[in-house]
Amino acid sequence: MDLLIFKAPILIVQASLDGILLGLLFALIAYGMALQWGVMNIINIAQGELVILGGYIAYTMYQLGIHPAFGIFVAPAIMYFLGWGLYKLVIYRVVDRDLFISILATFGISILTQQLMNFVFGADVVVAQSNFGTTLLFDDSVTIPNSKLFSAVISVVAAIAIILYMKKSKLGRAIRATAQNARAAKILGVDTEKVYAATFGLNAAICGIAGSLIAITFTLHPYVGLPYTIRSFMIVIIAGLGNLPGVALSGMGLGIFEEFADYILGTEFRIGAVFLLLVFILVYRRFKLSRKREYLE
Amino acid sequence: MNRQTILIIVLGIIGILLPFIFPAYKLQISFLWILIVLALTWDIQGGQMGYNTFGNILFFGIGMYLCASIQVGMFFPLSEWTASGGEKTFVHEPDQFFQGFFVGILAAGLVPAIIAALIGYGILGLRGHYFAICTLGLGIAAGEIAGGIELIGAGQGMTVPPWPKGIGDTELRAEFFYFLSFILMVITFLFLKWAYQTRFGLILNAIRDNEDKAEAMGIPTMRYKIIGWVITAFFVGIAGGLMGNMVGYIEPVEVAFAGATLGVFMILMTILGGKGTLWGPVIGATVFHLFKEGFWTYFLGWQYVALGLLIVVIVVFFPEGLMGWIREKYPEKFGETVDEEDQKSSVEL
Repeated sequence: MDLLIFKAPILIVQASLDGILLGLLFALIAYGMALQWGVMNIINIAQGELVILGGYIAYTMYQLGIHPAFGIFVAPAIMYFLGWGLYKLVIYRVVDRDLFISILATFGISILTQQLMNFVFGADVVVAQSNFGTTLLFDDSVTIPNSKLFSAVISVVAAIAIILYMKKSKLGRAIRATAQNARAAKILGVDTEKVYAATFGLNAAICGIAGSLIAITFTLHPYVGLPYTIRSFMIVIIAGLGNLPGVALSGMGLGIFEEFADYILGTEFRIGAVFLLLVFILVYRRFKLSRKREYLE
Repeated sequence: MNRQTILIIVLGIIGILLPFIFPAYKLQISFLWILIVLALTWDIQGGQMGYNTFGNILFFGIGMYLCASIQVGMFFPLSEWTASGGEKTFVHEPDQFFQGFFVGILAAGLVPAIIAALIGYGILGLRGHYFAICTLGLGIAAGEIAGGIELIGAGQGMTVPPWPKGIGDTELRAEFFYFLSFILMVITFLFLKWAYQTRFGLILNAIRDNEDKAEAMGIPTMRYKIIGWVITAFFVGIAGGLMGNMVGYIEPVEVAFAGATLGVFMILMTILGGKGTLWGPVIGATVFHLFKEGFWTYFLGWQYVALGLLIVVIVVFFPEGLMGWIREKYPEKFGETVDEEDQKSSVEL
């Protein structure tokens, strides 16, 4: 009880700050998922595995003696081509098909990626030390690792850069046009195949950035990908496709929820709480939408 | 008697004789029956009703944990049993074992069915990919939560009461579970065969083809969706309880709520065999089980890589399944007539 009465304000500040910083990272991953979902109408279950793979790229650099923070440049470059290759191998066959087919196909890719990561990098929990130190706030009662601050800042910068790219560049315009109406875009001379490949690559690159940030802030493990997929799915369905402030806000909200669930329920229920929240949100959404059912009068 | 009835009877006799022909593979074949039950019940949602669920594993895990907990908890304190791990501090007498087993299996069927009825209204209202992701979340959440509960052994898992000493050997145990799982499979198959011939089956297909239209025609679709899910939960729960006893050891993420293995297997088997058909899941499960055992034996260590590849290949290149392929090849076997003119013109093209 002591803990609750005297430490509660500190814990609340600590959890909220942690949650916000974590949430911005989630929002970046969710942005990638929203991009892909909006353009290609595919829900990529392997999103989380791509993130973890990006993290392992940063970890490999760390093992080679390079500072893992440079992973935010290297990982997206590698991941872009990987995503592009994945599209050419598998995804283009499922783009126009039933949504469940694409969910199942990406589920297969996710299992495959997990296992290959397990073989290459081992099943141990690893972390890439960034040696950024920590910041102490409010008379040393709240500690924020600088690596978390770094990851939040980079997430925001990366998101802004991608948004600007989507607004200004020619490819960005083509992607947005395809998202609005793929057929019309095709008629007007947009090579939609290329746009799809580029979108998948871009999403993988975003996952690469997010992954290398996770490598320095949190821990990596071959099997922790799926929670990241579910988190980004949740953020996207709360915010809606193409609502960027919404993505950032709901990302932070999810981050805060998770930190509080971690403190209150205990770490072993953290992932369970995330998945239960998903179920609650979807069911809530279903009841809210069913009220709007339209009838002919 | 038509040919299908004869086929069923012949296969049934083969099923009864199998454990005596291949005594070394009794447990493997029992697993096959359980897999067929899972595939058949997944097909109620995925094939007949058009609701692609990842969440049936929820009922499997609940049934497994419930059955084992009741088997132990009826006679001994459950928390001490799980705390003692695998050590045999408590020993079941034969009659205790069978009483506990009977009550456990009954509860493993009924409780998941009740849970399905309770959550069905909220969850079956979702459509398409929202339903798929929601059920995926449900299954994994259950696994994570079960992994945090101390009473049922948390992440370490718990052991199921071993076969009581004094009545027969391990051979008898294997035969006992073989025939139970075989009977469960036969009952599930015959029940679904009957159910698909009734109005219920037609309504499920109407929901798959156009749910809004079915509702507009006055069918209370939600009621039938829930009934379908309750049937699934009942059979899957019993299968879970049996599986727990056959494996002998329950672990939350790998055995009970195994969303990444069994949860996907049931979908794959159905798609491989051909979804929306009665025989598809049976054929798919048999072929899949044979392949899987091959993989597991010869690709040791690489089996999950092979599994991932298999999912992608089956889903991307083979979405119609074996039954779909046979149907395309021999349409007259399915009572479908092919227009001769049409066939000729397609050949000329």
